[in-house]
Amino acid sequence: MSIWIDAEKCTGCGSCEPVCPFGLIEVVDDIAQIKEGCNLCGACVDACDYNAIIIEEVEQEVSEGFQGVWVFAEQRSSKLKSVSYELLSEGRKLADKLVSELCAVCLGHNVEGAEGLVAHGADKVYLVDDPALADHQEDYYTGALVDLVRKHKPEILLAGATAMGRSFIPRVASIIYTGLTADCTGLDIDPESKLLLQTRPTFGGNVMATITCQAKRPQMATVRPHVFKRSEPDNGRKGEVIKVDFHKEVVTSRTRLLEFVEDLSERVKLDDAEIIVSGGRGLGKPENFQIIKELAEALGAAMGSSRPPVDDGWISYPHQVGQTGKTVCPKLYVACGISGAVQHLAGMQTSEVIVAINEDPNAPIFEVATYGIVGDLFEVVPMLTDRLKKSRGLT
Amino acid sequence: MNFVVCIKQVPGTTDIKIDPETNTLVREGVPSVINPFDTYALEEGVRLKERCGGKVTAISMGPPQAEEALRETISLGIDEAILISDRAFAGSDTWATSYVLSKAITKIADYDLIICGRQTLDGDTGQVGPGLSEMLGVPFVAYVSKIEEIKEGYLKVQRMVEEGYETMEMSLPAVITVVKEINVPRLPSLRGSMKAKTAQIPVWTAEDISADTDKAGLTGSPTRVVKIFFPQRTHKSEMLQGSTELQVTQLMEKLEEII
Repeated sequence: MSIWIDAEKCTGCGSCEPVCPFGLIEVVDDIAQIKEGCNLCGACVDACDYNAIIIEEVEQEVSEGFQGVWVFAEQRSSKLKSVSYELLSEGRKLADKLVSELCAVCLGHNVEGAEGLVAHGADKVYLVDDPALADHQEDYYTGALVDLVRKHKPEILLAGATAMGRSFIPRVASIIYTGLTADCTGLDIDPESKLLLQTRPTFGGNVMATITCQAKRPQMATVRPHVFKRSEPDNGRKGEVIKVDFHKEVVTSRTRLLEFVEDLSERVKLDDAEIIVSGGRGLGKPENFQIIKELAEALGAAMGSSRPPVDDGWISYPHQVGQTGKTVCPKLYVACGISGAVQHLAGMQTSEVIVAINEDPNAPIFEVATYGIVGDLFEVVPMLTDRLKKSRGLT
Repeated sequence: MNFVVCIKQVPGTTDIKIDPETNTLVREGVPSVINPFDTYALEEGVRLKERCGGKVTAISMGPPQAEEALRETISLGIDEAILISDRAFAGSDTWATSYVLSKAITKIADYDLIICGRQTLDGDTGQVGPGLSEMLGVPFVAYVSKIEEIKEGYLKVQRMVEEGYETMEMSLPAVITVVKEINVPRLPSLRGSMKAKTAQIPVWTAEDISADTDKAGLTGSPTRVVKIFFPQRTHKSEMLQGSTELQVTQLMEKLEEII
């Protein structure tokens, strides 16, 4: 697998230079040269009129006998997480395009509503119920999932890009020796090759990359919560729940979970909030989060933050929205004093309605805002809070 | 005890600009830095060494210029830095990167704990740490925010999850990834900077670490980037006009429709 320039064909015309998304081509002495860092995206090959750029692909043999789309249905404290349903709704579309079945895999103990996964689109549910799987014992999860994959050979395996998913799914991919794409925001099936097209933001959301896994199977991807919408359950759907035994003794468990402490003081509920009010650097100092809190209370909203206030210790990390914080998709997102760095936008731009309040008219946040107010947030926000309280009879 | 920290040299993303005419990333003049998430891993490695004694080594798989980043780690208190570099490694995805690092660490042989940052700034995957642990066949815990106890063959940590935190214990050797809550990285010391200037940074090739080149680089990578594009913002924004009061009144009307 390599890229090279045919020196005899290259005229040094330079038409390849500007098309490289990473600016890695330079014409030196009338011959194009490719610098280190090329990922063989092929943009230059299409741009060359002289067929002078050649990408040599070593044909890999496609692993055979793999069929069906699988969704890892994650639970915490025996309750299925919302991302499980979101993945089923997206997985259903992929399975329909491939004309194959959709299976949910649920590992846990006495999980509530595992049968309901059928109503949300699964044709089969592999339910591994064992007391050892009640908590997030990732070694057991890794062992159990690897076993199921080896036995049933799914073509595609999707999981939530949650703390647990991002921690144990790469181990599964590592053991099986297959490709895994992190944090996808778009999934589709290539109509010709039938490959899973996995699109994800990279370079902090500046660039989108579409990734495929050509030959190894299953094609694995993690997907951020709230990127896809969950569909309404169809209680008339027919499907099968298959109980699978878990043999704890055959899995090597090298780590042990001693304690899970739910952080109630930091309970932020950003994940499920319909309305979020967030503050940014524009607040100037930690005490000023008070006006954000008051607006949030008037709206019945959860409180979020961009990264700088979290970095400076004004507000705790569970409030952080963005690339390294939470991805949210509320009905209404109010951004106060947030300039809108791409990393923040990556975590909230799919919100249904975005209101931005900022004193800089050129702040990038206004590019994604549904409604924008250019002004002093210390004037605008309290005024808005006041009006809301009055209209809702809260004063 | 012996500690190994895995780092990556990345472009300082905040400086990344897109050329509006060609719609490509402007790389020129963008400084390369140690992946910011890795600075917490480096600091924790140095602190653990100060606490337990032993040695802390930094490794990085990358092109020859990644030597610069490794040299910088010496100024931050790292004892030895090794560059893993070979043309055969170019284009490695997370699987192939995990493989190459696992071979390098196998060559180091004598290690108790491997520390990685939670993810890189450019790729953002966070997959190399967990992948690496399976290839080495050692325990793994992600998102560590506190080392509670460490002694010969034993480690107890706190790690962050969405709903709170978990306390985990494991045997050593092990791999962990750390979050920024774990420490405040120190600045380079004068003595460290002097040491960094003259430090020898050995370069290990595929042959040196007995890496199977069929499992490294693009050849060994299961995934391929097939398309790169720039997110288009087609969003229509409505900027509210008039006095502050008028703007708030208009916004109230809009909000009444939604909530």
